[in-house]
Amino acid sequence: MSTLVESHHRREAARRGASKTPAQIERAEAWRRRAPLLPALIFTIIVTQVPFLVTIWYSLRSWNLLRPGTDRFVGLTNYADLFADSTFRGAAVNSVIFTLGCVAAAMLLGIGLALLLDRKFVGQGLARTLLITPFLIMPVAGAMIWSVSMLNPTYGMVNWLIGLVGMDAVDWTSTYPVLSILIALVWQWTPFMMLLVLAGLQAQPKDVLEAAQMDGAGWGKTFVSITLPQLRRYIELGVLLGAIYVVNTFDQIYLMTAGGPGTASANLPFYIYQRAFLGFDIGQAAAMGVVVVIATIIVATFALRLIFRSFEQKD
Amino acid sequence: MTTTSPEIRSSGAPGGARPARRDRGEGVRGGLLTALTWVIAIAFFFPVAWMALTAFKQEAEAASNPPTWFFTPTLDQFRAVIEGGAGVYFANSLIATGVSTLLVIALAVPASYALAIRPVKKTQDVLFFFMSTKMLPVVAVIVPIYVIAGRLHVLDTIWTLVVLYTAMNLPIAVWMMRSFFQEIPGEVLEAASMDGAGLMRTLRTVLIPMVAPGLAATGLICVIFAWNEFFFALNLTAARAATVPIFITSTMTSEGLFLARLSAASLLASLPVLIAGWVAQKQLVRGLSMGAIK
Repeated sequence: MSTLVESHHRREAARRGASKTPAQIERAEAWRRRAPLLPALIFTIIVTQVPFLVTIWYSLRSWNLLRPGTDRFVGLTNYADLFADSTFRGAAVNSVIFTLGCVAAAMLLGIGLALLLDRKFVGQGLARTLLITPFLIMPVAGAMIWSVSMLNPTYGMVNWLIGLVGMDAVDWTSTYPVLSILIALVWQWTPFMMLLVLAGLQAQPKDVLEAAQMDGAGWGKTFVSITLPQLRRYIELGVLLGAIYVVNTFDQIYLMTAGGPGTASANLPFYIYQRAFLGFDIGQAAAMGVVVVIATIIVATFALRLIFRSFEQKD
Repeated sequence: MTTTSPEIRSSGAPGGARPARRDRGEGVRGGLLTALTWVIAIAFFFPVAWMALTAFKQEAEAASNPPTWFFTPTLDQFRAVIEGGAGVYFANSLIATGVSTLLVIALAVPASYALAIRPVKKTQDVLFFFMSTKMLPVVAVIVPIYVIAGRLHVLDTIWTLVVLYTAMNLPIAVWMMRSFFQEIPGEVLEAASMDGAGLMRTLRTVLIPMVAPGLAATGLICVIFAWNEFFFALNLTAARAATVPIFITSTMTSEGLFLARLSAASLLASLPVLIAGWVAQKQLVRGLSMGAIK
């Protein structure tokens, strides 16, 4: 690779003539390499970083869209208010519960299902196709299926099923809002985890497994000592990518419980949405956004290191 | 994994009654595991199957307790959905999804080329940056985007969604395309370089054809995420630029029954992604892992 690049480098330099100094040529070459990257980079910076800088600016102001003329600089007041706000703390806790709960449950189920699918049996392809379907359903549609068709207190399928074994009907989304949302989330994310783990299982070198079996290692021992270490980076990848998406969960909460009852099932994205678009409190919403980003950066610094390890091992 | 291949089983246990019994034991266990797999698969699929079934019911049958299993299928709900103005929402979703995906590809191909084939200095930093934007919670930027879009008078236009969906999918596309470019053997690049072909020509005639399957996988992932996106659409559009997910929520009414119509709308909305995902399962895995899994 490097020799190829160098020879290319030399030919390019020769073509441009010897009138330029080596330093100039090197600079020109660096820019030539950078050029294809720039449109994507500049676009991403403008669309994602600039609004975030504006968010920081807004977070230092007291500004309610419903009260024109209230826009003024207040320093860190919004942040002080935030930490005194018990709803904010509750939403932060819910964010953690949804993310950890969903990712852990979906991953455990996903590993189990991947192991079941990684055997030869009649209709294997069809079973896999059925299992990945929840992930392909539009999340809005999935949330509606769960809140109306499945968990509805009067005609939902879940209440009908538990009625068959003599249990009383439950008003799921009011009585157990966090659990109801978790069910919908785990249902949607299990196929994702399953697909990643299945890819890991199928990438296993078959001769190692066969050798282990020859040596008389049982299924459990083979799984713990050979399969699980092999799966490790697939599991890490699934947990990280899953967490990136699940922490931003909004659709299910908005449609299934609207954060309620009260604010019992609101997570941070939903609470920020409420403050910004129902309360029109731009300053407060922006301050919450900044806090979320700082928290994310702290977690992500560790997570990104893991991601890089996963990606680079492959190369 | 639990079912060992026949050769191994016979080599591990040469004949006799004991191995035969063990074989039968494995057979029973295998059968049970297969049955378990099917029960779980059907349980996971059931909510979707029930939605599809409900879409063909009358409203009264859809909201009955106990549930109605047998009924005369009707297309009334689909007719109501289409006559209820679904067309505009689908057209908006098509534009937002199609144009943003094309833009993502147009930006991601040169960028990932620069990161994979002739790596720029600080490639790691650039990749790190792209990934970090995926970790930036959308809610942290929605407020200024809303305010700025309002000042620019681009609220409730489909082009606002196109720009945002492009930014949303670009990092995944760069990661994925980079891994596809990295697989191109060095000799191919060398040959192209010998011919003295410029970047655009090398890309067009040599590299793009080689990464075509990867390009398709990347496109599929971008289409799925853009088609399903709800948060931006909810906050930045109203009557004119609303997309399909918004349409689904609009079939809910506070009065009367709506479950059958909601199911019909949900089914129509999910069908394009459902079919694409079923057909392209392998590419889906690669896309969802941002190219980390081959």
